[in-house]
Amino acid sequence: MSEAPLLEVRGLSKSFGAVQALRDLSLTLRAGEVVALAGDNGAGKTTLIKAVSGVYPPSSGEILLDGRPVRFGSPQEARAQGIETIYQDLALADNLSIGANIFLGREPVRRAFGFLPVLDRRAMAEAARATMARLDFHVSRMDAPVSNFSGGQRQAVAIGRAVHWNARVLIMDEPTAALGVPEQRKVLSLIRQLREQGRGILFISHNLQDIFAVSDRIVVLRRGVEAGARRIGETTHEEVVRLMIGG
Amino acid sequence: MASDASPAVAPPADHGAGRQTILQRVASLRAWLFLLALLVGFEAWARAAYGVTFLGNTFNLQSIAIFAVAPLLLATGQTFVIISGGIDLSTGFVMGLAAVVAALVVGWANAVLSPPFAVLMGVFAGVLVAGVPGLVNGVLVAFLKVPPFIGTLGMFGVARGVAFLLATGTTVPVSNPVLAQLGNGRLWGVPWIVIVTALFVLLMHYVLSQTRFGQHNYAIGANAQAARRAGIDIRRHLVRLYVLSSACAGLAGVLYTARFSAGAAQAGEPLILDSVAAVVIGGASLFGGSGTILGTVAGAFVIAVIQYGLVFVNVKPFWQFIAVGVVIIISVLIDQAQRAFAGGRQSE
Repeated sequence: MSEAPLLEVRGLSKSFGAVQALRDLSLTLRAGEVVALAGDNGAGKTTLIKAVSGVYPPSSGEILLDGRPVRFGSPQEARAQGIETIYQDLALADNLSIGANIFLGREPVRRAFGFLPVLDRRAMAEAARATMARLDFHVSRMDAPVSNFSGGQRQAVAIGRAVHWNARVLIMDEPTAALGVPEQRKVLSLIRQLREQGRGILFISHNLQDIFAVSDRIVVLRRGVEAGARRIGETTHEEVVRLMIGG
Repeated sequence: MASDASPAVAPPADHGAGRQTILQRVASLRAWLFLLALLVGFEAWARAAYGVTFLGNTFNLQSIAIFAVAPLLLATGQTFVIISGGIDLSTGFVMGLAAVVAALVVGWANAVLSPPFAVLMGVFAGVLVAGVPGLVNGVLVAFLKVPPFIGTLGMFGVARGVAFLLATGTTVPVSNPVLAQLGNGRLWGVPWIVIVTALFVLLMHYVLSQTRFGQHNYAIGANAQAARRAGIDIRRHLVRLYVLSSACAGLAGVLYTARFSAGAAQAGEPLILDSVAAVVIGGASLFGGSGTILGTVAGAFVIAVIQYGLVFVNVKPFWQFIAVGVVIIISVLIDQAQRAFAGGRQSE
């Protein structure tokens, strides 16, 4: 307990005009920990992760990374500090390969014939293969567009991009929502691997089954305030549901 | 309830990974195969009906190549725009504007400069002026969120008007030996304008397939939001994109002036739809995200061969429109059938 948590949110509030979406919320996330955010629609889960990932600034409160206060002007700034968000609607370019997606916007370039700058596709494919192997995801054809892959595999590519760029905090918004059951299990196993690699994962889900399968702790939000925080081994589905709906 | 009790499930290997890759290769090959079939067809037709060769005749090949120059240049820029998910309808009259400007500038420069430098000035001025409507298109689409179809249609009108005003409603003749040589001369039997076009198209192929600009272009066409989240400056990219498209049209205009020793505002008027057709026949999708310069080259030649070939075998010229129109529709139908087939797995 001596060292500072990877990510700490202190007294965070956010209002949109008269609507207070989030009130005085505090949260810690340690390296190698999965924290689930649960709550009904409008409970403030999305507001919280958007504040943490730099989409908009909090109205008040603090965000600390490794114990140092940080302020993000944009998602790019948050990403540069190692906070990566994996969106529900898969932010991939379907027509490009895994490597091209991992390197999108940051493509490596080599000099052909000593002078002509060209995309270094081989380096991208190699890095992609190595990264995906760390996620236990083995692909024979690295030049295939990601539209070839199933939903769970594409989720793995999105996670692979975060892993490749050394994200230490991964924020996952409903990573299993659009997937079938076998695919959901794959994504959950990916989350466990990320935890074993010492990353911190903030995980939003509506699915209590998933939350109980993979999280260390759960934070329940209700109408913008914390309704309760529990260690996963010390609570039950019933208690979490009670916290979510109140009473 | 123990979270690590369930076994780690590794995602399985990609069983169908090769399928769409093969389909995409076929898509870019499609236009070349079609071109080959057309050439064989016209050869057979010419031999059967008139007992002459179509392909063995160097004059035919030269004519087709010259014929393809302007539509191919417009289509090259259009390929970039269509892959990004947009369209540039202004290029036909941007080409006319550049043709007029090049003719005027070479005419003025003739008085003070030696012929080669006068031509250089004219080429430079034509392409530069063509870039202006491209810049406006880019700003309209990228910053003011005007749909490309409407924004570029507006510039189509503006470029048209400006070109006719500059030309005072007529063609602008220009006399310069170097310009005439560029437009009608040959190197080892190959017309200079074909050589210039081939080099330029090769350069654009490199830009699209090997550079970050090209890669971002594909990404934006497939998923603009993903591209933005990846940190790509989409607005800057779009401005460059429409300037590039206009510059291609500018080069086409300058070469037109060289070929005819005159600039005409309506130089590119009939070419705008041919250029879009060449891109579509070449395997690009109007939904964005796919297409290649090599495919577009085949598409442009398909149109040129149909138009020239039908004249060669003595079919009434009006059949050209019908033939090209049918080919466009078939290309789009094939593209859609392919999407339905290849997309089956995503729409789970």
